[in-house]
Amino acid sequence: MSAGMREALMDDLLSEFLEETAESLDIIDVELVKFESQPNNAEILDNIFRLVHTIKGTCGFLGLPRLAALAHAAETLMGKYRDGAPVTEEGVSLILATIDRLKEILADLEENQAEPEGDDQDLISRLEQMALGSATQAPETSQDTAAETSQTDSPSSPSQETVASSPAQETMDQSEGTQATSGATQDGGAGSDALFQIERELKPGEVSLEELERAFQEAEGPDGIDISPQAAAEFAQQAAKAADNSQNAQPPAGEDRRKEDRRKEIRRAEDKAKAAKSKKEPVKSQSIRVNVETLEHLMTMVSELVLTRNQLLEIVRRHEDSEFAAPLQRLSAVTADLQEGVMKTRMQPIGNAWQKLPRVVRDLSRELNKKIELEMIGAETELDRQVLEVIKDPLTHMVRNSADHGLEDNADRLQLGKPEVGRIVLSAYHEGGQIIIKISDDGRGIDIEKLKAKILEKELATEEELANMSEAQIQRFIFHPGFSTASKVTSVSGRGVGMDVVRTNLELIGGTVDLTSVPGKGTTFTIKIPLTLAIVSALIIAVAGQRFAIPQLSVVELVRAHPNSEHRIELINDTPLLRLRNKLLPVIDLKSLLGLENASQTEEGDAQGQKKDESNFVVVTQVGAQVFGIVVDSVFHTEEIVVEPMSSMLRDISLFSGNTILGDGSVIMIIDPNGIAQTLVDEGGAASDHQSALEAHENADSEAPTTLLVFRAGSDEPKAVPLSLVTRLEEIPADKIERANGRDVVQYRGALMPIVYVDQASIARREETGVQPLLVFTDGDRSMGLAVDEIDDIVEEVLDIEIVSDMPGIIGTAVVQGKATEILDVGYYLPQAFDDWLERKDRGASKIQRHLRLLLVDDSAFFRNMLAPLLSSIGYRVTLAESAEQALELKEKGAKFDLIVSDIEMPGMDGISFAEHLKDDIDWGNIPIIALSSHADPEIIARSRSAGFRDYVGKFDREGLISSLKECQSQLTEQMEETEQMGEAA
Amino acid sequence: MTSQTAGMMDVEGDSEKYVTVTVAGQLFGLPISKVQDVFVIDNLTQVPLAIPEVVGVLNLRGRIMTAICMRKRMRLPERDGDRPTMAAGIEYKGESYGLLIDEVGDVLSLSRDTLERNPINLDPRWASVSAGVHRLENELLVILDVEKVLDIEKTPAAA
Repeated sequence: MSAGMREALMDDLLSEFLEETAESLDIIDVELVKFESQPNNAEILDNIFRLVHTIKGTCGFLGLPRLAALAHAAETLMGKYRDGAPVTEEGVSLILATIDRLKEILADLEENQAEPEGDDQDLISRLEQMALGSATQAPETSQDTAAETSQTDSPSSPSQETVASSPAQETMDQSEGTQATSGATQDGGAGSDALFQIERELKPGEVSLEELERAFQEAEGPDGIDISPQAAAEFAQQAAKAADNSQNAQPPAGEDRRKEDRRKEIRRAEDKAKAAKSKKEPVKSQSIRVNVETLEHLMTMVSELVLTRNQLLEIVRRHEDSEFAAPLQRLSAVTADLQEGVMKTRMQPIGNAWQKLPRVVRDLSRELNKKIELEMIGAETELDRQVLEVIKDPLTHMVRNSADHGLEDNADRLQLGKPEVGRIVLSAYHEGGQIIIKISDDGRGIDIEKLKAKILEKELATEEELANMSEAQIQRFIFHPGFSTASKVTSVSGRGVGMDVVRTNLELIGGTVDLTSVPGKGTTFTIKIPLTLAIVSALIIAVAGQRFAIPQLSVVELVRAHPNSEHRIELINDTPLLRLRNKLLPVIDLKSLLGLENASQTEEGDAQGQKKDESNFVVVTQVGAQVFGIVVDSVFHTEEIVVEPMSSMLRDISLFSGNTILGDGSVIMIIDPNGIAQTLVDEGGAASDHQSALEAHENADSEAPTTLLVFRAGSDEPKAVPLSLVTRLEEIPADKIERANGRDVVQYRGALMPIVYVDQASIARREETGVQPLLVFTDGDRSMGLAVDEIDDIVEEVLDIEIVSDMPGIIGTAVVQGKATEILDVGYYLPQAFDDWLERKDRGASKIQRHLRLLLVDDSAFFRNMLAPLLSSIGYRVTLAESAEQALELKEKGAKFDLIVSDIEMPGMDGISFAEHLKDDIDWGNIPIIALSSHADPEIIARSRSAGFRDYVGKFDREGLISSLKECQSQLTEQMEETEQMGEAA
Repeated sequence: MTSQTAGMMDVEGDSEKYVTVTVAGQLFGLPISKVQDVFVIDNLTQVPLAIPEVVGVLNLRGRIMTAICMRKRMRLPERDGDRPTMAAGIEYKGESYGLLIDEVGDVLSLSRDTLERNPINLDPRWASVSAGVHRLENELLVILDVEKVLDIEKTPAAA
């Protein structure tokens, strides 16, 4: 960074700091006076404490030692009050005097861009003295007067006299300093106020003058429009349409050109203005400060305008040759632009809130003597300015916390075998109508034992209560007010204000914050903020005659399900499922979920009734890695909606994330896909205690749950296969099963499908019942039916194979719904149907592939067992490793591979670190690596790509894995051929 | 309780103005300072899974308003017939609410002296939302405390 840039950055930070601090100090003034009269009001004290804490923190970063020291001393005293020391009038006066001193220094700072010379030991020592024995009397008279006079703020400003009369301030240069300061304050007075109001850098939540002007120009008429090329093109299109529609409409080219010129002119003028701005006065800017309420009001007015326009359009539509048509077209276009403009004034990339952070981290890194690397992903994610403003401070707090408490010292890190430089990763993205912000560090994680001790010490919970809590619950105590785990109080953080402030601020805007921490590996904070004020594209659907919006972001596709079509909904043990291509998806009926079924309708769960329902639309939705279908009655269209927060009376309905006003003026609720996904998991878990057990399990190894199909075959013990491997479930009449070529087959979809038995005993059973349940596995154009006795249920469970089986066809035993369940090895049965099932695919592949050596790294025995036969059957020589560490051992031993397939989520070293490790390795650096993961999280995908993974494949996506392997392989082949050719040429 | 809530209301001299409304034949008074407007409800959107008192949401001049049925709130019988429903618009804690009522009456200016405490035998559910009673010539006017009316969670849930 050049010196100039640093200065510019400094200027920005400084002016922002001045603005914020001036505001904070004003609040503190008022609050302190209030506090004096109600010394027992903890809320006021907390508020003051936080403000002072923030000032202190910021001063520390900006290198303003005088301010920081003063604020620190004041905070210490207030900390005593917070801990219960009696509040004295003198104490409050002293703090007020300190606030006044802070203001003086700030005024000087504003004038000279530097902290004035001087010393505040007088105040500091008194503050410290008072903090030490906050009950003991200190010599008060002089402070009292100091406080009083500065409070009265008389125009003659006697404050310098009073201050000078205080004993510790007698040296010449100091009183000179104060004199100069108070002078500056005085003649700065009104002038600087005005400067602050109008001519300063934009803050988030504010709108630049240009943007506002643009919005107004658009409102006036087409004449001064200054729009983006895209919008201009749209406008031109609309104009052309208008010309077609009516003959006397005249959007002539001449006018267009004139507009174009005008536009250019404005641009030029703006550019000039910008240039002037950037050259001369960094504080002056072509912007004004606009109250967010004003913007909101503007937004409301625009919404009404849109509604009115829509009504007008409706009327015109009825009178075809209306002379209003043309002007209305224009009105329509202008309204749309106006709407866009006003909305734009509210949106801002989250990166704006991050601007400060690199510097903050850099300074911290020096102060704490730790090497820290800050990575920021998704800075372009847009969110509402108001929201941005609210999360700014919490984010800074959290990054500071991660640097201070999360990361170990460099020496410790090296000792632990971690890279010396600590990493903090900040990422943001949209998901399911929410903005997710993650702050993760690769530090020490949270020490649960230490945390417990602290909780007990602070008497926030009893030992008994703690014993019943999950680790995650205990970890959440760090959001408790007045909680801090740092054993030493540093100027960076560690007074226990941080996390509780973070939580309160986020909750104010309906957000949540949570954390996951793995001892020794690091901590990740996840902030979820609803897009309260943001605009999202939503799919408008209806059930039971009521319309709802589903955020388009989470919608994968729309499927029309019909009993006789390829896609249909069926029930297994009352759990509806959708057949979609090669997958079975859990579906949820929105009507019953919302309790909107009509009593007159056929009972839900009745298969007949389901079929009578004729066709249904299924909105295939994805939340994280979970894909499911939402059954709706009808689907209308997509509409850009403004998400409005729900009334507090409705906020606890987790299925809705907000409401919105549609173009026709009606209010509809916005479905929260996260909420629906949650109910799905709950239903799968059946009993609630099971659910919590599942959660505990999840927390323990943080592995995503797998959807399992549970069935019985041969014996009473339940068996299960991952649902995603199953293509369809069928029940066929026993008499349809024929025998050909020594095996059982059934005519299925115009072809013969071989039937393989898990247990031959099923045959006898089917004679009794007359029906044969089949799990159909399909691969390309071939299908196989796996005969079972009975299909029981579909459950979500973290698959943890506890006993590995020696029996062919069984991978092992896992606990599913509290019962020991055998997990079937599908790979064992497939070749029984077609000997070449797994091989035929790659019959045509080149010879080289036969020799390819593949390393499969996965901590889960299940996946190793499932994938290894598959991979070896298509011709790879597969080596297995249970962990990244084991894989690295292989490397040390000199093993060579052509391809690596690695899981991302693994205990110990995870896939991403593993890939990063290999990236620069001489031996293994060039081996293509494919990532396997159960999370389709865009952030993780991005991270894995940057870590060096060639491709990213879902864990159950066999086809995807094979095609990805093929791709890598063909690249490898090309390389080899090239090398060969080069060898020949030489 | 009465004196506390009375302190919060707008007082002009010794009298206070109330918008009178009728719900199931009973006259209620809403402090005029709290009522933003009175309007006829159309196009109410039901909210599935909401508490029974919340009968839906509606769009009033670009603002989304939560409609609270006063009959349900006061445990009064459902209204029969299809007469237009009126609502009194109220702003509370930054959110807009519409209290569904049967009819709107006059605005009365009443002396604070005639405001009496809730009779002790008043239905607890009524007492929990009432700020007192005015004796009018022909009937009794129950003064509603808007904050308490909207504080639904704290009152025992409708079983």
